[in-house]
Parts: sequence; C-alpha cells; structure tokens
Amino acid sequence: MKSRELPAYFFLLTAFAAVPILLGQYYISLGTGILISILMLSSYRIVILTGEWSFAHVVFQGVGAYTAAISAKDFGASFPVCLAAGAIVTAACAALLSIPLLRMRGFYFIMGSFGAAEAIRLVWRKLKYFGGTRGISGVSAPQFDWANISIDFGSGFNYYYLCLAVVVICLVTMWYIERSRVGRIWRSIEQQDLLAQSVGIDTKKYRRIAFVVSAGFAGIAGVLLAFAFGSVTPNRFNLTFALYLMIWAIAGGTRTFLGVIVGGVVLMCFNESLRFADELRPGIYGLVLIVMMIFCPSGLEGLFGIGKRFSGLSGSTRTKPAAGSTGELDVNSPA
Amino acid sequence: MPGCRARHGAAANLGYYPMDLLTDTLVNAVVASAATALIVAGLSLIFGVMKVENFAHGEIYMVGAYTTFFFSKVLELGYWVGCAASLCVTALLGVLIEYLLLRPVRKNPMGPLIMTVGVLLVLQTAAVALFGLNSDALVESPFPGVADIAGVTIAWHRIFVIVASLALLSALVLLLQFTRFGRALRAVSQDKEAASLQGISIDRISLVAMGLSTALAGAAGSLMAPITRVGPFMGQPVIITAFVVIIIGGISSLRGAIIASVLYSTFFTFIATYADSTVASIAGLCLMLIVLIVKPSGLIGSTQKV
Repeated sequence: MKSRELPAYFFLLTAFAAVPILLGQYYISLGTGILISILMLSSYRIVILTGEWSFAHVVFQGVGAYTAAISAKDFGASFPVCLAAGAIVTAACAALLSIPLLRMRGFYFIMGSFGAAEAIRLVWRKLKYFGGTRGISGVSAPQFDWANISIDFGSGFNYYYLCLAVVVICLVTMWYIERSRVGRIWRSIEQQDLLAQSVGIDTKKYRRIAFVVSAGFAGIAGVLLAFAFGSVTPNRFNLTFALYLMIWAIAGGTRTFLGVIVGGVVLMCFNESLRFADELRPGIYGLVLIVMMIFCPSGLEGLFGIGKRFSGLSGSTRTKPAAGSTGELDVNSPA
Repeated sequence: MPGCRARHGAAANLGYYPMDLLTDTLVNAVVASAATALIVAGLSLIFGVMKVENFAHGEIYMVGAYTTFFFSKVLELGYWVGCAASLCVTALLGVLIEYLLLRPVRKNPMGPLIMTVGVLLVLQTAAVALFGLNSDALVESPFPGVADIAGVTIAWHRIFVIVASLALLSALVLLLQFTRFGRALRAVSQDKEAASLQGISIDRISLVAMGLSTALAGAAGSLMAPITRVGPFMGQPVIITAFVVIIIGGISSLRGAIIASVLYSTFFTFIATYADSTVASIAGLCLMLIVLIVKPSGLIGSTQKV
C-alpha cells in the first residue's frame, strides 16, 4: 500500500465506524446500503479491469441474495454458512456462464451478459420455488451466540457493524488479489490484449478468474442485502439497477482502488439526496452521464485528482485515462 | 410487440376457436415482424456506418409514438400530420444526438454506448414528466374497422402497418443500392479510411445516416401507436428485442437484420401466445446466446471479430 493512500483509507474506515455512534437510525440504514454498494462497485471493478463491461453483475448479487434467503429459510443455515454458500453458488454460476460469455468481447459481451442475466432473472420471476414476482420475504436476522455472549443482528446498529466487518475483509482481500501477479495480468489484458497473449499469458483463463472472483464478491454483497432487507425480490436486480451500477462506476471512476470507493460514497449520498424526486432520478443520472462523458471522462476520481496521483500499479501513467475505454487505442480512426 | 399480446388475451377470452387463434397469431407475427424490421433496420444502418450501438433507439421509437399522439390528439391535426411530425422530430433528434453527443466521444470505444444510455434515461424521464407515468395515450387509426379476407378478420390498421413497413424498407434498400448517397454510405460502412480518401465526408454521412436511422424508428412508433400501449417505457422491450434480433441476424447486415426480424418475431409471438410472454422472453434470450456461441457473426453476418 502506498503510504500516501494510507491516511485516506484510515479516514474512511474511521468515518464509517463512527456513523452509527454519531448519527441516527436513518443514517445507519443508509450507511448499510452504501457499504453494500461499495462492495458491489469494487467487485464490479475487477471485471472492468480486464476491459469488459458486464450487465450480469447485479444479477450475480441476486444469485447471492436468493441463495442466502433460501438457505436461511428452508435449511435454517446460520449467517456465516449463508455467506459462504452465497459466494460459492454465485461463483459457480459465473464459472458456468463464463464458458459461453468469454468467447465474446466488447458489445457482444455486454449483450451476452445481459441476455444470460435477464434469463436468470426471468426464471426467478417465473418459478414458484423462488417466490415468483414477489420474491422471498421473512428472512430472519442473523444471531450470534457463543458462550455467554449473544448478539442480535436484527438491530440496525449491530447489523451495520457486521456489514462493515464483512465489507472491509472483502476489500482487503480484493486489494491483495489486485496487487498480486493475477491483478497485474488483468491490467495487461485491458491495455494490450494481444501483447499479453504474445508473452504467453492465457488471457481467457485470467479473464475467467476475474469474472468468477468478481461474481463471488457480488454474491457476498447479495447475502448482505438479503439480510439487510429481510426479503429478496426479482425486480431489485433488473436492468435499471444494472444500468445504475454501470453509471456509478463510470461517474465515480474505476481506475484506482481508492477512487472507486470514494466515488461510491459520494454517488450513493447523491443517490439518496434524489429521493425526493424518484421519478426524475433516471433523467438526472442520464444528464450526469452525458456531462461526465463530455467534460470529465475519467469520472469523479479524475476530478479529485486521485486518478492522477495514484494511477496504475506499476507506476505507469496512461496517456488517455478515458472512462470505459476498452483499452484498444483507436489507431485506425481517421484523424 | 407488447400490444399484440394484449389482443390475444381478449381474443382468448371471447372464446375463439383454436383455428382463429392460429390465424390471429400468424397475423400478429407478421405485424410484429414488420415493425421490428423497421426498428432493427435503423439500428443496423447506424451500426454499419458509425459502429455505434444506439441504446436509445427504443426511446426514439417511444418519442415517435408520443409525437404522433401529441399532434394527432392533443393538437387535433389528424393522424397523417402526426406521422409527418414524428418523422421530422425523430430525424432532428437523431441529427442532434450525433452532432452534439456522439461526435465528441468518437475516439473512445465505449463513449457512444455510455452517451446513448444517457440519452435513453433522459428521454424516458422526459416522457414521464410530460405525459405522466401511466399514460393512456390513445391514438386513433386513420383506417378504423376490420377487413374480412376469406373468413379471416384483420384490423385494417394492421394491414396498413404491414404495407407501410414494406414500402419504407423497400425505399431504404433502393436508396442504399442505387443513389450516390447510398453508395457513399455503404462505402463508409465497409471501410472508413478508404471512403474518406475518396472524398466522402464521414461527418456528413454519419449525420444523415443517424437522422435516417432515427426517422425509421420514429416511423415505426407512428405506425404502432394506434395498436399498442403508448407509455414512457414502451421502448424498453423494443430495444431488447432489437438487440437480440441484430445479434441473431449479424450486426452490420441489413439483409440479416430483416430476415432475423421475421424469424424472431414469429418465434416470439407464437411462444407468447401458446405459453406466456415470460417464457417467450427466456426462449428468445437463450436463442440469442446460442447464436452468440455457435455463430457469433450472426446468421448472415460478415465475419466480424467478436
């Protein structure tokens, strides 16, 4: 970890830990939502690192949520078991889907991931086992009993800290993965796919690892979501939410690990401030997207200067840190 | 098309004989094919020229339907004025989107996608703000009543949709094949650099192609307005259908797009009628995935790297 980043992480962690103590019930539930969204964005970023934009990520969160809801309700599984089950089932789902999807790139990958995800979501809506359009409700809150200590996570206050712990552990894990050899290979695939292949990297294998790992973390986010709301509905994972996730990633910026977290916090607060204008929300997001694309293509992190100061892992400075760039430099376009 | 399904429900409730349901479904399939072909032709055209996947295309269709409603019902100028207005408004919208939004981000491979998603959300919200969330905008057809052809009853407007779509598509094909502009457009979609070396202005062709493409979607919106539910979110199923179709047909092939429109719409309408629309959607998405896996260039596509 670069020493300059350390204070920022420390500040964020302190701020998040202080929220329930300093602020009321409303901010606790908002904070829980923000924590889950940060986990979603950071895990989404792993796919983006390899240069693809997946529309399936929100549905993977749904797979985790459904797995948690079913294993908690039907099998009476405890929270840690649900967490593990959510991550494993989602990762397995992603591994299965990656067989056809990773044959595609760019627009085809977007459409393929959308098609597969939407098909899964429609199956949830269709089958009684998954509760149809109304989903599954009445997922009871986790309990912790050990020796004489008993913690009820039914209260928002306790559940918030549980979420914080899970999210921090996940983020640290992702941080280490990204710093490892695997993470460097992901970056090389995004920037120069063919060059990476030419030095003997099986790019498909590493794209698959990225896809599966990111889905596993999305599954964990789904488990947290299922217990936070106590219910799961198929509409929570529809195209609108997939678009919102994409917009948050673009508007917040995805180049750096810290940038995506800071962008996530700012955007989730912005999202909450739009609550009074629920019907106008999509339009406002549309405008944000257009304005961002024209004036600040590297997202909020570019605006804050995070992207510039901490760009890249190997210290390489990208010449064009455009948001959503698939990394292919457009050599052939006429000047 | 969603509107066609509503009609089935009514037909089934009235206790039609299975034979009637079959012919009814066939007619619906043909109407859906015609409208889908119009929408998909525009989408495929603009992808060929600009390599832009226009996610806002379904919303342009919605704008076309609402413009028709506004001019024909609110201003009471009649259906034909509404149609003409819809063509003008959508063409202008397309030109503006190209000039103001897509041109600045042409260098960024993901730029156009992000921009058109932005346009999609803005147009949808604008429709909600102007006409309300659950709009029941009804547009009256200039051809009311039902035709009785050899014992089969078909609403005149459905016949009109089929004929008008065929006419528009033929006009498009003639334009692309035999005019100087059409040849320039095809040259650009084959090889941008070579085309610009021949003195063809890429900017001008892109602008006109975008206008043409959105006008086709607007025309489809006008045609379908009297027989479908006009609402702010009517574009969403349409754009999903359209993308599924162009992937099945081969993304930059106009011929493939039209053939795939007919195949997919027929497939979808029959499953939606005899099972239900959710099953039809799942089947359609699976069909798209199979095509993507087995033959990623589409049924009739040029070999394109996926």
